[in-house]
Amino acid sequence: MIEIINICKSFEDHLVLDSLNLTIQAGETMVIIGRSGCGKSVLLKHIIGILKPDSGQVIIDGNDITRMSEKELNNLRLKFGMLFQGAALFDSLTIGENVGFSLKERRYDEAAINSRVKECLAMVGLKGIDDLKPSELSGGMRKRAGLARAICTNPQIVLYDEPTTGVDPIMADAVNELIIELHKRLNITSIVVTHDMVSAYKVATRVAMLYKGKIIEVGTPEEIKNTKNPIVHQFIKGLAAGPITEEG
Amino acid sequence: MDITSRFGKRLLAFFNYMGAVSVLFYQTLFWMFTSRIRKNHILDQMNKIGVSSLPIVLLTSMFTGIVLALQSAYQMQKISATLYIASLVALSMTRELGPVLTALVVAGRVGASITAELGTMKVTEQIDALETLAANPIQYLVVPRFLATVIMLPLLTVYADFIGMFGGYLVGVYKLGISHSIYIRMTYEPLMFKDIFSGLFKSVIFAIIISIIGCYEGFRTEGGAEGVGRSTTLSVVISFILIIASDCLFTAIFYFAF
Ligand SMILES: Nc1ncnc2c1ncn2[C@@H]1O[C@H](COP(=O)(O)OP(=O)(O)OP(=O)(O)O)[C@@H](O)[C@H]1O
Ligand SMILES: [Mg+2]
Repeated sequence: MIEIINICKSFEDHLVLDSLNLTIQAGETMVIIGRSGCGKSVLLKHIIGILKPDSGQVIIDGNDITRMSEKELNNLRLKFGMLFQGAALFDSLTIGENVGFSLKERRYDEAAINSRVKECLAMVGLKGIDDLKPSELSGGMRKRAGLARAICTNPQIVLYDEPTTGVDPIMADAVNELIIELHKRLNITSIVVTHDMVSAYKVATRVAMLYKGKIIEVGTPEEIKNTKNPIVHQFIKGLAAGPITEEG
Repeated sequence: MDITSRFGKRLLAFFNYMGAVSVLFYQTLFWMFTSRIRKNHILDQMNKIGVSSLPIVLLTSMFTGIVLALQSAYQMQKISATLYIASLVALSMTRELGPVLTALVVAGRVGASITAELGTMKVTEQIDALETLAANPIQYLVVPRFLATVIMLPLLTVYADFIGMFGGYLVGVYKLGISHSIYIRMTYEPLMFKDIFSGLFKSVIFAIIISIIGCYEGFRTEGGAEGVGRSTTLSVVISFILIIASDCLFTAIFYFAF
Protein backbone atom coordinates (compact mmCIF):
# COMPACT_ATOMS: atom_id res chain seq x y z
CA MET A 1 0.00 0.00 0.00
CA ILE A 2 1.22 3.49 -0.84
CA GLU A 3 0.11 6.37 1.34
CA ILE A 4 0.90 9.90 0.35
CA ILE A 5 0.26 12.17 3.30
CA ASN A 6 0.16 15.93 3.13
CA ILE A 7 3.06 16.38 0.76
CA CYS A 8 4.02 19.86 -0.34
CA LYS A 9 6.59 20.63 -2.98
CA SER A 10 7.59 23.87 -4.53
CA PHE A 11 10.26 24.82 -7.03
CA GLU A 12 11.65 28.19 -6.07
CA ASP A 13 8.39 29.99 -5.28
CA HIS A 14 6.17 27.95 -7.57
CA LEU A 15 4.02 25.66 -5.43
CA VAL A 16 3.41 22.45 -7.40
CA LEU A 17 2.05 20.03 -4.79
CA ASP A 18 -0.01 21.57 -2.02
CA SER A 19 -0.74 19.24 0.94
CA LEU A 20 -1.62 16.42 -1.36
CA ASN A 21 -3.13 13.21 0.04
CA LEU A 22 -3.67 9.96 -1.82
CA THR A 23 -3.77 6.31 -0.86
CA ILE A 24 -3.15 3.57 -3.35
CA GLN A 25 -4.11 0.03 -2.34
CA ALA A 26 -1.86 -2.90 -3.11
CA GLY A 27 -2.82 -4.51 -6.40
CA GLU A 28 -4.89 -1.66 -7.77
CA THR A 29 -4.31 0.39 -10.88
CA MET A 30 -4.58 4.04 -9.99
CA VAL A 31 -4.81 6.44 -12.89
CA ILE A 32 -3.83 10.03 -12.23
CA ILE A 33 -5.24 12.61 -14.58
CA GLY A 34 -4.76 16.33 -14.69
CA ARG A 35 -3.80 19.21 -16.92
CA SER A 36 -0.40 19.54 -18.46
CA GLY A 37 2.02 21.07 -15.98
CA CYS A 38 -0.13 20.40 -12.92
CA GLY A 39 2.53 18.21 -11.30
CA LYS A 40 1.71 14.63 -12.25
CA SER A 41 5.27 13.73 -13.13
CA VAL A 42 6.48 15.47 -10.00
CA LEU A 43 4.06 13.38 -7.95
CA LEU A 44 5.35 10.14 -9.51
CA LYS A 45 8.92 11.13 -8.73
CA HIS A 46 7.97 11.60 -5.09
CA ILE A 47 6.51 8.12 -4.93
CA ILE A 48 9.79 6.56 -6.02
CA GLY A 49 11.86 8.98 -3.96
CA ILE A 50 13.79 10.78 -6.71
CA LEU A 51 12.32 14.03 -5.45
CA LYS A 52 11.99 14.80 -1.77
CA PRO A 53 8.92 16.69 -0.56
CA ASP A 54 9.34 19.97 1.31
CA SER A 55 7.03 18.49 3.92
CA GLY A 56 4.80 15.45 4.31
CA GLN A 57 5.33 11.71 4.04
CA VAL A 58 5.29 9.00 1.43
CA ILE A 59 4.71 5.67 3.13
CA ILE A 60 5.27 2.49 1.20
CA ASP A 61 4.25 -0.74 2.93
CA GLY A 62 4.60 1.02 6.28
CA ASN A 63 8.00 2.64 5.66
CA ASP A 64 8.37 6.38 5.24
CA ILE A 65 10.63 6.79 2.24
CA THR A 66 11.24 10.48 2.83
CA ARG A 67 13.32 9.51 5.86
CA MET A 68 15.24 6.67 4.31
CA SER A 69 18.98 6.59 3.71
CA GLU A 70 20.25 6.26 0.18
CA LYS A 71 21.02 2.57 0.74
CA GLU A 72 17.59 1.68 2.11
CA LEU A 73 15.98 3.62 -0.68
CA ASN A 74 18.04 1.72 -3.23
CA ASN A 75 16.90 -1.58 -1.76
CA LEU A 76 13.30 -0.45 -1.82
CA ARG A 77 13.60 0.61 -5.43
CA LEU A 78 14.22 -2.97 -6.42
CA LYS A 79 10.45 -3.37 -5.96
CA PHE A 80 9.74 -0.54 -8.38
CA GLY A 81 9.69 -0.07 -12.10
CA MET A 82 9.24 3.32 -13.67
CA LEU A 83 8.49 4.41 -17.19
CA PHE A 84 9.57 8.01 -17.71
CA GLN A 85 7.59 10.46 -19.75
CA GLY A 86 10.50 10.90 -22.15
CA ALA A 87 11.51 7.21 -21.83
CA ALA A 88 14.92 8.30 -20.43
CA LEU A 89 16.80 5.47 -22.10
CA PHE A 90 20.57 5.58 -21.58
CA ASP A 91 21.82 6.71 -24.94
CA SER A 92 25.29 5.29 -24.46
CA LEU A 93 23.85 1.77 -24.19
CA THR A 94 22.00 -0.40 -26.70
CA ILE A 95 18.30 -1.15 -26.26
CA GLY A 96 19.14 -4.62 -25.02
CA GLU A 97 21.57 -3.27 -22.43
CA ASN A 98 19.01 -0.66 -21.41
CA VAL A 99 16.29 -3.21 -20.81
CA GLY A 100 18.61 -5.60 -18.99
CA PHE A 101 20.29 -2.83 -17.00
CA SER A 102 18.98 -3.69 -13.56
CA LEU A 103 19.46 -7.40 -14.05
CA LYS A 104 23.07 -6.77 -14.98
CA GLU A 105 23.48 -4.51 -11.94
CA ARG A 106 22.19 -7.38 -9.86
CA ARG A 107 24.72 -9.64 -11.54
CA TYR A 108 22.42 -12.12 -13.17
CA ASP A 109 24.22 -14.35 -15.61
CA GLU A 110 24.40 -13.31 -19.23
CA ALA A 111 22.08 -16.00 -20.58
CA ALA A 112 19.33 -15.27 -18.06
CA ILE A 113 19.53 -11.54 -18.82
CA ASN A 114 19.39 -12.18 -22.56
CA SER A 115 16.33 -14.35 -22.45
CA ARG A 116 14.49 -11.98 -20.11
CA VAL A 117 15.37 -8.98 -22.30
CA LYS A 118 14.05 -10.78 -25.38
CA GLU A 119 10.88 -11.70 -23.54
CA CYS A 120 10.24 -8.12 -22.37
CA LEU A 121 10.94 -6.60 -25.76
CA ALA A 122 8.55 -9.08 -27.33
CA MET A 123 5.88 -8.09 -24.81
CA VAL A 124 6.02 -4.47 -25.99
CA GLY A 125 6.16 -5.46 -29.66
CA LEU A 126 9.82 -4.70 -30.27
CA LYS A 127 11.42 -7.93 -31.41
CA GLY A 128 14.96 -8.01 -32.71
CA ILE A 129 16.07 -4.47 -31.93
CA ASP A 130 18.38 -5.35 -29.04
CA ASP A 131 21.47 -4.04 -30.75
CA LEU A 132 20.14 -0.66 -31.84
CA LYS A 133 20.93 2.53 -29.95
CA PRO A 134 18.04 4.63 -28.56
CA SER A 135 18.85 7.39 -31.07
CA GLU A 136 17.97 4.97 -33.87
CA LEU A 137 14.40 4.46 -32.64
CA SER A 138 11.26 6.51 -33.14
CA GLY A 139 9.66 8.27 -30.17
CA GLY A 140 6.97 5.64 -29.75
CA MET A 141 9.49 2.81 -29.97
CA ARG A 142 11.60 4.46 -27.31
CA LYS A 143 8.57 4.75 -25.08
CA ARG A 144 7.92 1.04 -25.46
CA ALA A 145 11.56 0.18 -24.86
CA GLY A 146 11.31 2.26 -21.69
CA LEU A 147 8.27 0.22 -20.73
CA ALA A 148 10.20 -2.99 -21.32
CA ARG A 149 12.97 -1.70 -19.06
CA ALA A 150 10.47 -0.78 -16.35
CA ILE A 151 8.95 -4.26 -16.19
CA CYS A 152 12.09 -6.28 -16.79
CA THR A 153 12.74 -7.03 -13.12
CA ASN A 154 9.17 -8.14 -12.36
CA PRO A 155 8.57 -5.21 -10.03
CA GLN A 156 5.67 -5.18 -7.56
CA ILE A 157 4.90 -1.53 -8.18
CA VAL A 158 5.07 0.05 -11.63
CA LEU A 159 4.81 3.76 -12.30
CA TYR A 160 3.85 4.71 -15.83
CA ASP A 161 4.26 8.32 -16.93
CA GLU A 162 2.03 8.71 -19.98
CA PRO A 163 2.57 5.23 -21.39
CA THR A 164 0.42 5.80 -24.47
CA THR A 165 1.51 9.31 -25.43
CA GLY A 166 3.37 9.33 -28.73
CA VAL A 167 2.42 5.73 -29.43
CA ASP A 168 0.10 4.95 -32.35
CA PRO A 169 -3.52 3.99 -31.45
CA ILE A 170 -3.08 0.30 -32.20
CA MET A 171 0.08 0.06 -30.18
CA ALA A 172 -1.51 2.24 -27.49
CA ASP A 173 -4.23 -0.33 -27.06
CA ALA A 174 -1.62 -3.07 -26.86
CA VAL A 175 0.13 -1.09 -24.12
CA ASN A 176 -3.19 -0.80 -22.27
CA GLU A 177 -3.66 -4.55 -22.58
CA LEU A 178 -0.17 -5.07 -21.25
CA ILE A 179 -0.82 -2.91 -18.22
CA ILE A 180 -4.05 -4.79 -17.55
CA GLU A 181 -2.40 -8.15 -18.05
CA LEU A 182 0.49 -7.37 -15.69
CA HIS A 183 -2.04 -6.20 -13.17
CA LYS A 184 -4.16 -9.34 -13.46
CA ARG A 185 -1.47 -11.92 -13.85
CA LEU A 186 1.08 -10.67 -11.34
CA ASN A 187 -1.18 -8.54 -9.15
CA ILE A 188 1.07 -5.55 -9.68
CA THR A 189 0.24 -2.20 -8.15
CA SER A 190 0.22 0.30 -10.97
CA ILE A 191 0.13 4.06 -11.02
CA VAL A 192 -0.59 5.44 -14.46
CA VAL A 193 -0.34 9.11 -15.35
CA THR A 194 -2.19 9.94 -18.52
CA HIS A 195 -4.17 12.50 -20.49
CA ASP A 196 -5.71 9.81 -22.60
CA MET A 197 -9.21 9.24 -21.13
CA VAL A 198 -9.86 6.15 -23.25
CA SER A 199 -6.79 4.54 -21.79
CA ALA A 200 -7.65 5.83 -18.33
CA TYR A 201 -11.11 4.21 -18.31
CA LYS A 202 -9.75 1.03 -19.74
CA VAL A 203 -6.93 0.30 -17.31
CA ALA A 204 -8.09 1.99 -14.12
CA THR A 205 -9.50 0.42 -11.01
CA ARG A 206 -9.64 3.98 -9.66
CA VAL A 207 -9.02 7.40 -11.15
CA ALA A 208 -7.69 10.42 -9.27
CA MET A 209 -7.69 13.95 -10.58
CA LEU A 210 -4.86 16.32 -9.69
CA TYR A 211 -5.76 20.00 -9.81
CA LYS A 212 -3.92 22.97 -8.33
CA GLY A 213 -1.62 20.80 -6.25
CA LYS A 214 -4.33 18.67 -4.67
CA ILE A 215 -6.26 15.52 -5.50
CA ILE A 216 -9.74 16.90 -6.00
CA GLU A 217 -11.56 13.66 -6.72
CA VAL A 218 -10.92 9.93 -6.51
CA GLY A 219 -13.27 7.26 -7.76
CA THR A 220 -13.87 4.28 -9.99
CA PRO A 221 -14.10 5.04 -13.71
CA GLU A 222 -17.91 4.88 -13.41
CA GLU A 223 -17.94 7.38 -10.56
CA ILE A 224 -15.62 9.69 -12.45
CA LYS A 225 -17.76 9.53 -15.59
CA ASN A 226 -20.80 10.59 -13.57
CA THR A 227 -18.99 13.17 -11.51
CA LYS A 228 -20.78 16.14 -10.00
CA ASN A 229 -17.58 18.16 -9.78
CA PRO A 230 -17.63 20.69 -12.64
CA ILE A 231 -13.83 20.82 -12.82
CA VAL A 232 -13.51 17.06 -13.27
CA HIS A 233 -16.42 17.12 -15.67
CA GLN A 234 -14.78 19.71 -17.87
CA PHE A 235 -11.51 17.83 -17.87
CA ILE A 236 -12.82 14.38 -18.75
CA LYS A 237 -15.09 15.74 -21.44
CA GLY A 238 -12.25 17.86 -22.80
CA LEU A 239 -14.31 21.05 -22.96
CA ALA A 240 -12.70 24.38 -23.77
CA ALA A 241 -15.28 26.24 -21.71
CA GLY A 242 -15.71 25.55 -18.00
CA PRO A 243 -14.46 26.37 -14.51
CA ILE A 244 -10.82 25.40 -15.24
CA THR A 245 -10.42 27.81 -18.12
CA GLU A 246 -12.57 30.53 -16.60
CA GLU A 247 -10.27 30.88 -13.62
CA GLY A 248 -7.38 31.34 -16.01
CA MET B 1 28.06 49.03 3.30
CA ASP B 2 26.51 48.00 0.03
CA ILE B 3 29.81 46.92 -1.45
CA THR B 4 30.85 44.97 1.60
CA SER B 5 27.52 43.19 1.85
CA ARG B 6 27.62 42.29 -1.81
CA PHE B 7 31.17 41.07 -1.41
CA GLY B 8 30.07 39.09 1.62
CA LYS B 9 27.32 37.47 -0.40
CA ARG B 10 29.75 36.51 -3.13
CA LEU B 11 32.11 35.05 -0.56
CA LEU B 12 29.28 33.11 1.02
CA ALA B 13 28.21 31.78 -2.38
CA PHE B 14 31.78 30.72 -3.03
CA PHE B 15 32.00 28.80 0.23
CA ASN B 16 28.61 27.24 -0.41
CA TYR B 17 29.79 26.09 -3.80
CA MET B 18 33.03 24.68 -2.46
CA GLY B 19 31.07 22.94 0.30
CA ALA B 20 28.77 21.27 -2.19
CA VAL B 21 31.72 20.25 -4.35
CA SER B 22 33.50 18.80 -1.31
CA VAL B 23 30.43 16.78 -0.45
CA LEU B 24 30.47 15.27 -3.91
CA PHE B 25 34.18 14.56 -3.50
CA TYR B 26 33.67 12.75 -0.18
CA GLN B 27 30.74 10.80 -1.59
CA THR B 28 32.91 9.79 -4.52
CA LEU B 29 35.62 8.54 -2.18
CA PHE B 30 32.99 6.76 -0.10
CA TRP B 31 31.53 4.90 -3.08
CA MET B 32 34.96 4.22 -4.47
CA PHE B 33 36.01 2.34 -1.35
CA THR B 34 32.70 0.73 -0.43
CA SER B 35 31.43 -0.68 -3.69
CA ARG B 36 32.75 -2.86 -6.40
CA ILE B 37 35.04 -1.24 -8.91
CA ARG B 38 33.73 -1.25 -12.48
CA LYS B 39 36.88 -2.17 -14.32
CA ASN B 40 35.38 -1.90 -17.80
CA HIS B 41 33.94 1.52 -17.16
CA ILE B 42 37.22 2.78 -15.79
CA LEU B 43 39.21 1.42 -18.73
CA ASP B 44 36.71 2.95 -21.09
CA GLN B 45 37.02 6.33 -19.40
CA MET B 46 40.82 6.07 -19.24
CA ASN B 47 40.77 5.61 -22.96
CA LYS B 48 38.45 8.58 -23.51
CA ILE B 49 40.17 10.85 -21.02
CA GLY B 50 43.79 9.87 -21.35
CA VAL B 51 44.65 8.20 -24.62
CA SER B 52 42.66 10.54 -26.79
CA SER B 53 44.06 13.62 -25.05
CA LEU B 54 47.62 12.53 -25.70
CA PRO B 55 48.13 14.18 -29.14
CA ILE B 56 47.03 17.64 -28.06
CA VAL B 57 48.95 17.39 -24.79
CA LEU B 58 52.11 16.42 -26.68
CA LEU B 59 51.65 19.20 -29.18
CA THR B 60 51.14 21.84 -26.50
CA SER B 61 54.09 20.80 -24.39
CA MET B 62 56.42 20.40 -27.36
CA PHE B 63 55.76 23.97 -28.44
CA THR B 64 55.99 25.20 -24.89
CA GLY B 65 59.42 23.59 -24.53
CA ILE B 66 60.59 25.20 -27.75
CA VAL B 67 59.24 28.61 -26.84
CA LEU B 68 60.65 28.39 -23.34
CA ALA B 69 64.13 27.62 -24.69
CA LEU B 70 63.99 30.36 -27.30
CA GLN B 71 62.71 33.00 -24.92
CA SER B 72 65.27 32.23 -22.28
CA ALA B 73 68.04 32.07 -24.89
CA TYR B 74 67.23 35.69 -25.64
CA GLN B 75 67.98 36.59 -22.03
CA MET B 76 70.74 34.11 -21.30
CA GLN B 77 72.83 35.08 -24.32
CA LYS B 78 73.32 38.52 -22.80
CA ILE B 79 75.05 37.02 -19.80
CA SER B 80 76.59 34.16 -21.82
CA ALA B 81 74.80 31.52 -19.84
CA THR B 82 73.00 29.69 -22.64
CA LEU B 83 74.12 26.36 -21.14
CA TYR B 84 71.65 26.80 -18.32
CA ILE B 85 68.73 26.75 -20.70
CA ALA B 86 68.68 22.98 -20.39
CA SER B 87 68.23 23.11 -16.64
CA LEU B 88 65.75 25.93 -16.87
CA VAL B 89 63.56 24.05 -19.33
CA ALA B 90 63.78 20.84 -17.32
CA LEU B 91 62.83 22.49 -14.05
CA SER B 92 60.10 24.69 -15.45
CA MET B 93 58.53 21.80 -17.31
CA THR B 94 58.49 19.32 -14.44
CA ARG B 95 57.66 21.71 -11.66
CA GLU B 96 55.21 24.00 -13.35
CA LEU B 97 54.40 24.05 -17.01
CA GLY B 98 53.99 20.31 -17.58
CA PRO B 99 51.38 19.81 -14.87
CA VAL B 100 49.56 23.10 -15.36
CA LEU B 101 49.37 23.14 -19.14
CA THR B 102 48.34 19.51 -19.27
CA ALA B 103 45.66 20.17 -16.67
CA LEU B 104 44.33 23.17 -18.57
CA VAL B 105 44.22 21.27 -21.84
CA VAL B 106 42.49 18.31 -20.19
CA ALA B 107 40.06 20.60 -18.35
CA GLY B 108 39.08 22.15 -21.65
CA ARG B 109 38.75 18.86 -23.41
CA VAL B 110 37.71 16.31 -20.82
CA GLY B 111 36.09 18.46 -18.13
CA ALA B 112 33.83 19.97 -20.75
CA SER B 113 32.87 16.61 -22.21
CA ILE B 114 32.16 15.11 -18.79
CA THR B 115 29.85 18.02 -17.96
CA ALA B 116 28.16 17.93 -21.35
CA GLU B 117 27.55 14.19 -21.10
CA LEU B 118 26.26 14.16 -17.53
CA GLY B 119 24.34 17.38 -18.13
CA THR B 120 22.54 15.85 -21.09
CA MET B 121 21.78 12.78 -19.01
CA LYS B 122 20.40 15.02 -16.29
CA VAL B 123 18.08 17.04 -18.51
CA THR B 124 16.79 13.94 -20.31
CA GLU B 125 16.06 12.31 -16.92
CA GLN B 126 18.61 9.55 -17.47
CA ILE B 127 20.13 10.29 -14.06
CA ASP B 128 16.70 9.92 -12.46
CA ALA B 129 16.24 6.71 -14.40
CA LEU B 130 19.54 5.43 -13.08
CA GLU B 131 18.29 5.97 -9.54
CA THR B 132 15.01 4.23 -10.19
CA LEU B 133 16.97 1.26 -11.49
CA ALA B 134 18.67 1.17 -8.10
CA ALA B 135 22.07 2.22 -9.40
CA ASN B 136 23.75 5.08 -7.58
CA PRO B 137 24.72 7.84 -10.04
CA ILE B 138 27.86 8.68 -8.09
CA GLN B 139 29.01 5.10 -8.06
CA TYR B 140 28.01 4.47 -11.65
CA LEU B 141 29.05 7.75 -13.30
CA VAL B 142 31.38 9.76 -11.08
CA VAL B 143 33.70 7.10 -9.67
CA PRO B 144 34.93 5.77 -13.04
CA ARG B 145 35.51 9.29 -14.39
CA PHE B 146 37.22 10.35 -11.20
CA LEU B 147 39.55 7.36 -11.09
CA ALA B 148 40.34 7.55 -14.77
CA THR B 149 41.25 11.23 -14.55
CA VAL B 150 43.33 10.77 -11.41
CA ILE B 151 45.28 7.97 -13.07
CA MET B 152 45.62 9.47 -16.53
CA LEU B 153 46.41 13.11 -15.81
CA PRO B 154 49.73 12.39 -14.03
CA LEU B 155 50.66 10.00 -16.83
CA LEU B 156 49.90 12.63 -19.43
CA THR B 157 51.95 15.06 -17.37
CA VAL B 158 54.96 12.73 -17.49
CA TYR B 159 54.67 12.63 -21.27
CA ALA B 160 54.30 16.40 -21.39
CA ASP B 161 57.43 16.85 -19.25
CA PHE B 162 59.50 14.68 -21.55
CA ILE B 163 58.27 16.17 -24.77
CA GLY B 164 58.69 19.69 -23.41
CA MET B 165 62.29 18.92 -22.55
CA PHE B 166 62.72 17.43 -25.99
CA GLY B 167 61.46 20.70 -27.51
CA GLY B 168 64.03 22.57 -25.47
CA TYR B 169 66.67 20.09 -26.59
CA LEU B 170 65.88 20.77 -30.25
CA VAL B 171 66.43 24.49 -29.74
CA GLY B 172 69.48 24.06 -27.52
CA VAL B 173 71.30 21.57 -29.69
CA TYR B 174 70.28 22.56 -33.20
CA LYS B 175 69.84 26.29 -32.84
CA LEU B 176 72.17 27.33 -30.06
CA GLY B 177 74.84 24.72 -30.72
CA ILE B 178 75.06 23.24 -27.24
CA SER B 179 76.54 19.76 -27.46
CA HIS B 180 74.23 16.77 -27.09
CA SER B 181 75.91 15.29 -24.04
CA ILE B 182 76.17 18.57 -22.17
CA TYR B 183 72.54 19.38 -22.84
CA ILE B 184 71.41 16.01 -21.53
CA ARG B 185 73.59 16.33 -18.45
CA MET B 186 72.41 19.85 -17.75
CA THR B 187 68.87 18.55 -18.01
CA TYR B 188 68.94 15.70 -15.54
CA GLU B 189 71.59 16.85 -13.10
CA PRO B 190 69.64 19.65 -11.42
CA LEU B 191 66.42 17.61 -11.46
CA MET B 192 65.65 16.24 -8.05
CA PHE B 193 63.04 13.83 -6.88
CA LYS B 194 61.09 16.62 -5.21
CA ASP B 195 60.79 18.54 -8.49
CA ILE B 196 59.17 15.63 -10.21
CA PHE B 197 57.14 14.69 -7.19
CA SER B 198 55.75 18.19 -6.65
CA GLY B 199 54.74 18.37 -10.31
CA LEU B 200 52.95 15.03 -10.19
CA PHE B 201 51.37 15.80 -6.85
CA LYS B 202 49.90 18.94 -8.32
CA SER B 203 48.61 17.05 -11.31
CA VAL B 204 46.74 14.67 -9.00
CA ILE B 205 45.11 17.70 -7.34
CA PHE B 206 44.24 19.09 -10.77
CA ALA B 207 42.73 15.76 -11.79
CA ILE B 208 40.50 15.82 -8.72
CA ILE B 209 39.42 19.35 -9.58
CA ILE B 210 38.68 18.58 -13.23
CA SER B 211 36.69 15.42 -12.63
CA ILE B 212 34.73 16.56 -9.59
CA ILE B 213 33.86 19.99 -11.00
CA GLY B 214 32.97 18.35 -14.33
CA CYS B 215 30.61 15.89 -12.66
CA TYR B 216 29.19 18.42 -10.22
CA GLU B 217 28.31 20.90 -12.94
CA GLY B 218 26.83 18.06 -14.98
CA PHE B 219 24.58 16.93 -12.13
CA ARG B 220 23.50 20.51 -11.50
CA THR B 221 22.44 21.12 -15.08
CA GLU B 222 18.90 22.29 -15.59
CA GLY B 223 16.94 23.56 -18.55
CA GLY B 224 17.56 21.65 -21.76
CA ALA B 225 20.26 22.19 -24.36
CA GLU B 226 20.83 25.76 -23.29
CA GLY B 227 21.43 24.62 -19.73
CA VAL B 228 23.93 22.01 -20.92
CA GLY B 229 25.83 24.73 -22.78
CA ARG B 230 25.80 26.98 -19.77
CA SER B 231 27.05 24.38 -17.33
CA THR B 232 29.74 23.18 -19.75
CA THR B 233 31.16 26.69 -19.99
CA LEU B 234 30.89 27.08 -16.25
CA SER B 235 32.66 23.79 -15.65
CA VAL B 236 35.65 24.81 -17.78
CA VAL B 237 35.85 28.31 -16.30
CA ILE B 238 35.64 27.09 -12.72
CA SER B 239 38.17 24.31 -13.33
CA PHE B 240 40.59 26.82 -14.86
CA ILE B 241 40.28 29.18 -11.93
CA LEU B 242 40.66 26.43 -9.35
CA ILE B 243 43.61 24.90 -11.19
CA ILE B 244 45.47 28.21 -11.33
CA ALA B 245 44.59 29.08 -7.74
CA SER B 246 45.55 25.71 -6.31
CA ASP B 247 48.71 25.75 -8.40
CA CYS B 248 49.67 28.99 -6.75
CA LEU B 249 48.87 27.59 -3.33
CA PHE B 250 50.80 24.34 -3.75
CA THR B 251 53.75 25.99 -5.43
CA ALA B 252 54.02 28.27 -2.43
CA ILE B 253 53.71 25.36 -0.04
CA PHE B 254 56.39 23.37 -1.84
CA TYR B 255 58.60 26.42 -2.09
CA PHE B 256 58.50 27.22 1.59
CA ALA B 257 58.23 23.73 3.02
CA PHE B 258 60.82 21.83 0.99
N1 LIG C 1 13.09 20.17 -11.67
C1 LIG C 1 12.19 21.18 -11.73
N2 LIG C 1 12.57 22.45 -11.47
C2 LIG C 1 11.69 23.46 -11.50
N3 LIG C 1 10.39 23.31 -11.79
C3 LIG C 1 9.95 22.07 -12.07
C4 LIG C 1 10.82 20.95 -12.06
N4 LIG C 1 10.09 19.85 -12.37
C5 LIG C 1 8.84 20.28 -12.57
N5 LIG C 1 8.73 21.61 -12.40
C6 LIG C 1 7.51 22.39 -12.50
O1 LIG C 1 6.49 21.69 -11.87
C7 LIG C 1 5.29 21.77 -12.59
C8 LIG C 1 4.72 20.40 -12.82
O2 LIG C 1 5.55 19.70 -13.69
P1 LIG C 1 5.22 18.21 -14.15
O3 LIG C 1 6.31 17.79 -15.05
O4 LIG C 1 4.93 17.38 -12.97
O5 LIG C 1 3.89 18.41 -14.99
P2 LIG C 1 2.94 17.27 -15.57
O6 LIG C 1 1.69 17.32 -14.82
O7 LIG C 1 3.68 15.97 -15.61
O8 LIG C 1 2.70 17.82 -17.04
P3 LIG C 1 2.65 17.00 -18.41
O9 LIG C 1 1.33 16.39 -18.47
O10 LIG C 1 2.82 18.06 -19.45
O11 LIG C 1 3.76 16.02 -18.39
C9 LIG C 1 5.60 22.51 -13.87
O12 LIG C 1 5.05 23.80 -13.75
C10 LIG C 1 7.07 22.60 -13.94
O13 LIG C 1 7.45 23.87 -14.40
MG1 LIG D 1 4.53 14.88 -16.97
